[in-house]
Amino acid sequence: MSFIYDKLLGGKSGALGLLVLSILILVVFPLALDGFRLNLIGKYLTYAFAAMSLVLLWGYGGTLSLGQGIFFGLGGYCMAMFLKLEASSPENTAIQSTPGIPDFMDWNQITELPWFWEPFSSFGFTIAAILIVPALFAYIIGVAMFKRRVGGVYFAIITQVIAVILTVLIVGQQGFTGGINGITDLRTLNGWDMTSDSAKYLFYYINCALLITVIVLSRFILTSKFGRLLLAIRDKEDRVRFSGYDVANFKIFIFCFAALVSAIGGAMFTLQVGFMSPSFVGIVPSIEMVIFAAVGGRMSLIGVVYGTLLINFGKTTFSESFPELWLFLMGGTFIAVVMFFPNGLAGLWEEYSTPLMKKIRAKIQPSVTAKPSSSSYETKESK
Amino acid sequence: MSSMTNTDFSLSIEDLTVSFDGFKAVDSLNLYIDKNELHVVIGPNGAGKTTVLDLICGKTKSTSGSIKFLNQELTTLSEHEIVRRGVGRKFQTPSIYENLSVFENLEVSYPEGRGVFGSLFFKRSTKVIDEIHRIAQEIMLESELETEAGLLSHGQKQWLEIGMLLIQDPQLLMLDEPVAGMSVKEREQTAVLLNKISKGRSVLVIEHDMEFVARIAHKVTVLHQGKILAAGKMEDVQKDPKVIEVYLGH
Ligand SMILES: Nc1ncnc2c1ncn2[C@@H]1O[C@H](COP(=O)(O)OP(=O)(O)O)[C@@H](O)[C@H]1O
Ligand SMILES: [Mg+2]
Repeated sequence: MSFIYDKLLGGKSGALGLLVLSILILVVFPLALDGFRLNLIGKYLTYAFAAMSLVLLWGYGGTLSLGQGIFFGLGGYCMAMFLKLEASSPENTAIQSTPGIPDFMDWNQITELPWFWEPFSSFGFTIAAILIVPALFAYIIGVAMFKRRVGGVYFAIITQVIAVILTVLIVGQQGFTGGINGITDLRTLNGWDMTSDSAKYLFYYINCALLITVIVLSRFILTSKFGRLLLAIRDKEDRVRFSGYDVANFKIFIFCFAALVSAIGGAMFTLQVGFMSPSFVGIVPSIEMVIFAAVGGRMSLIGVVYGTLLINFGKTTFSESFPELWLFLMGGTFIAVVMFFPNGLAGLWEEYSTPLMKKIRAKIQPSVTAKPSSSSYETKESK
Repeated sequence: MSSMTNTDFSLSIEDLTVSFDGFKAVDSLNLYIDKNELHVVIGPNGAGKTTVLDLICGKTKSTSGSIKFLNQELTTLSEHEIVRRGVGRKFQTPSIYENLSVFENLEVSYPEGRGVFGSLFFKRSTKVIDEIHRIAQEIMLESELETEAGLLSHGQKQWLEIGMLLIQDPQLLMLDEPVAGMSVKEREQTAVLLNKISKGRSVLVIEHDMEFVARIAHKVTVLHQGKILAAGKMEDVQKDPKVIEVYLGH
């Protein structure tokens, strides 16, 4: 019991924060919003996965990746490939010169399904690929970079370059990837209409459940010795190394886990929005993910969910009427947050709510003096 | 002592040289340290003292020469492997995790759960907690266990880093200027601490403060421009005219 409470929920304030978030996304939003708007929230929440991956990697690990779009995209594309194959049954594509292959392949004079598309006709393989492909790719990048002690700004730039290369590759290889338009016209999942209301609600709830699962798993990581080592590496990498740790392995692991988390977001995006395109892979989405994390609070798994929601509401509201203005506004918000509120929304909340709570508690139980709590050595993870 | 072979020494450094773009920061150095010995290296700024520690702990790769610790060659090992062989090193400027509590600083240094998965499933057992309390008491920080390390005084930070090494029970403990920035009282306490912890292991200390060196050193090596100027007991070294000229004289 105390294991679950301390390690998975993050103690009292962590459990409370998770409860409030769960009620909001599982109960309040579905009751208060129509199907269209709920689907929009669902889409935003898929970005929250990427923002949470940055809490682990950047906030705790001190390694900024400007390429989380890579993994969001890989997860999204794996899912899209499966759905596209299902949508491209010989009956559906009878008018093509080669029926049974995705339409964009047919337009590009491809006459046979490429070998790497073949296994994506299996749902089981696809799920495995969503979990393994991005993590494996992160592992390769991680070993190449961290074992050579590449970090900091260099690492950020390299991840950004990889994001660019991947985008160029996807756009350039139209026949295999659908090019700039991405993979579109995804309609059914195992024969079930994805655009139906029941499907949308189900995907939304699956998305929420996965989000909460990732928060709990991440809390387990952050409250373990591994989590304290992440902070220690961020603070004094050499001291950790000269305490007998192979620092690169810790960075590689958290980079892979962050990739996996982003990929889950990408896959859920494809399911809920019904397409995947290179515009979710490159520099701009990757930087947006960093902004979500910075605004929400890069030390707070739950804070970044709110940060992501807030920025995306803003984007949807403003960019319809003043698309140019929005970019400046977002850039300005980012700079303001980094300069004045380095811990984002979560930091502000912490700053103002903690004294308030204390005051309230003092009023309720004026006679009770502070006693040492049983978990007094637990690492505090901010809400 | 004179009849001993190299293999009896805990640490034996032979012919060690490192050259940075032709500048030999350490030049054909020979140094032997016994178990239970507290050896102090002194020398003017830039003499190469810190570089010697860098070479032993693998931070800097040597150009030539050998470093044997318990008869194992260290020059080919990576940093974390050298630590796991029993070599601990304190940096010149206190190097602790400012955002973690004193307790957590010691816990992170506890020599278990050193792999990725080991650390994920590391348990804060009573054995670990007891050990942390024992070390904290030794370094005079037992009442500060829950304090954020960044809030400690400069001297306490130095002690904490020593504690982070002690909890790993190293066979060779290397301390780079451990009393720098300490008050007179803190120096006293540190001298007592060092005398205590040199039992059962080898300790290599770099220090400037002569009074302090005289209090703790079993043997002293004077380094000058990467080379040994004199070595032996503190009383003898202090009388050496070469040493007086380059170091103690001014
Ligand atoms: N990594 C390095 N690259 C180039 N020069 C170095 C490096 N490390 C140390 N040095 C030089 O070696 C000399 C010895 O430095 P150091 O060992 O820090 O001296 P000490 O600790 O005795 O004051 C200095 O002149 C320093 O500039
Ligand atoms: Mg020095």
